[in-house]
Amino acid sequence: MPDLAIIIPSVLNGLTTGALYALVALGLTLIYGVLHIINFAHGALLMVGLYAVYFLNVQLGIDPYVALFIVPPLMFALGYALQRGIIGKASHGRDENILLVTLGLSIVIENLSLFVFKSDTRAIDTPYSFEVVEFLGAFLPLPKVIAFAGALVTAALLWLLMSRTDLGKAIRALAKEPKGAKLVGINAEHVFAMSFGLGIACLGVAACLLLPSYYVSPQVGHGFVLIAFTIVVLGGMGSFVGALIGGLIIGVVEALGGLFLGESLGQIGIFLIFILVLISRPTGLLGHKV
Amino acid sequence: MLEVKGLRSGYGSVEVLRGIDLDIQAGEIVALLGSNGVGKTTFASVVSGLIKAWSGTIRFKDEEIRGLSEQAIVDRGLIHVPEGRHIFPNLSVRENLELGAYRRGKANRTRNLDHVFGVFPRLRERFAQKAGTLSGGEQQMLAIGRGMMAEPQLLILDEPSIGLSPLLVEEMFELIEQLNRDGLTILLVEQNVLQSMEIASRAFVMENGEIRLSGQASVLIDDPELQRSYLGLA
Repeated sequence: MPDLAIIIPSVLNGLTTGALYALVALGLTLIYGVLHIINFAHGALLMVGLYAVYFLNVQLGIDPYVALFIVPPLMFALGYALQRGIIGKASHGRDENILLVTLGLSIVIENLSLFVFKSDTRAIDTPYSFEVVEFLGAFLPLPKVIAFAGALVTAALLWLLMSRTDLGKAIRALAKEPKGAKLVGINAEHVFAMSFGLGIACLGVAACLLLPSYYVSPQVGHGFVLIAFTIVVLGGMGSFVGALIGGLIIGVVEALGGLFLGESLGQIGIFLIFILVLISRPTGLLGHKV
Repeated sequence: MLEVKGLRSGYGSVEVLRGIDLDIQAGEIVALLGSNGVGKTTFASVVSGLIKAWSGTIRFKDEEIRGLSEQAIVDRGLIHVPEGRHIFPNLSVRENLELGAYRRGKANRTRNLDHVFGVFPRLRERFAQKAGTLSGGEQQMLAIGRGMMAEPQLLILDEPSIGLSPLLVEEMFELIEQLNRDGLTILLVEQNVLQSMEIASRAFVMENGEIRLSGQASVLIDDPELQRSYLGLA
């Protein structure tokens, strides 16, 4: 039995990873909660964001944290255009079509990037990549601490947007009551595209926070999106708080699993928790009955 | 204020409205009556832009609005409070009302909110509560209140009395009359013939997608055909 001196750093590390998972999952749950789209292109779009951060850094020397002001707005625009121009148009309002469209998008995006960027993994070099922060006796990489804080701030901003602004209210209204929403004059197509854009913008933020301590390759999204789907189901489909808590839980479970079972078996813990939650609470931790 | 001529519409290839003529003057309560399934709700939905018209004209304040989007129609001040309320159950009472003013500037919002709370004091008590937890009568009040937030010039109320207890129905009709006295023009779509006739100035009776009878409510109420078909009087 390892003692606390090992467990605490492991838990803290898990929390920092979990916050980033949560950020990816927040975008996914926002898109699912409003559009009822299970966005298979989520991982591919995260990869697009990571490449954007990478090339801004390598070509133009822009720091990933400065890119926070560039990449998320670009990703928002991309998401808005994808929903309004492709997903919404091609799906004719049928859920099974949407599924296929987003799956198709992910295949196209991934193979395009394989073609253009090859399957090399690339990382960036920043002056702070290997700096550490000491906290509760644990040494945490500085980029991961910043990512943790950034993910929480983003989640808080998203919550404010959803609860305080007209757009947020319109998004929530449209998710539950499309007819009522139309009757108060909410433009459904526009608000759908705004929601999709916001979900994808979350990926832009995640990409900026992730790259200083991670890498990018055409397949980089896979690992994230599988975990993000798990988090969304675990936390309750469409629940923001659920996604945040679910992300943190998964991060910690993964870290502790790695500690006790070894790196290669560490992820088993995630799916054990997942199965246990689904058996006891089929709608997820904070989900509502459908 | 509203002038509809020869309006035809339906679902798929099934014709529901077979040429409706109807007009509403400013300041009136006009009742659109008829039993279940004759096309009253379809009519209201076509006027508010939810369902496409096949042919005919819909003029609102001397402007053709047929074919405009729901948003454009809301912008012009024609507000439809639908059958079954369609309030936002996951939002608070306050948020529901605020969204009623989605197409309006924020400047008048507080004043309009006060106005709605003046008419429906019960909603003020429920302010922060989720709309889905309200009683049926309160939900109907919220649906009407949400419509009022959009600063309507013509309010279409579709079956506001449905699912309410007789006492509440009475209260609802009094409130509608009150709104009208305050200057609001109302199209009241109802199955409740007798009570609607009491507050309406004119009435149209629909049957099978057509207007069967129309005229002054006070005259129409003595019509033998209406009495036989809708009031169960010989």
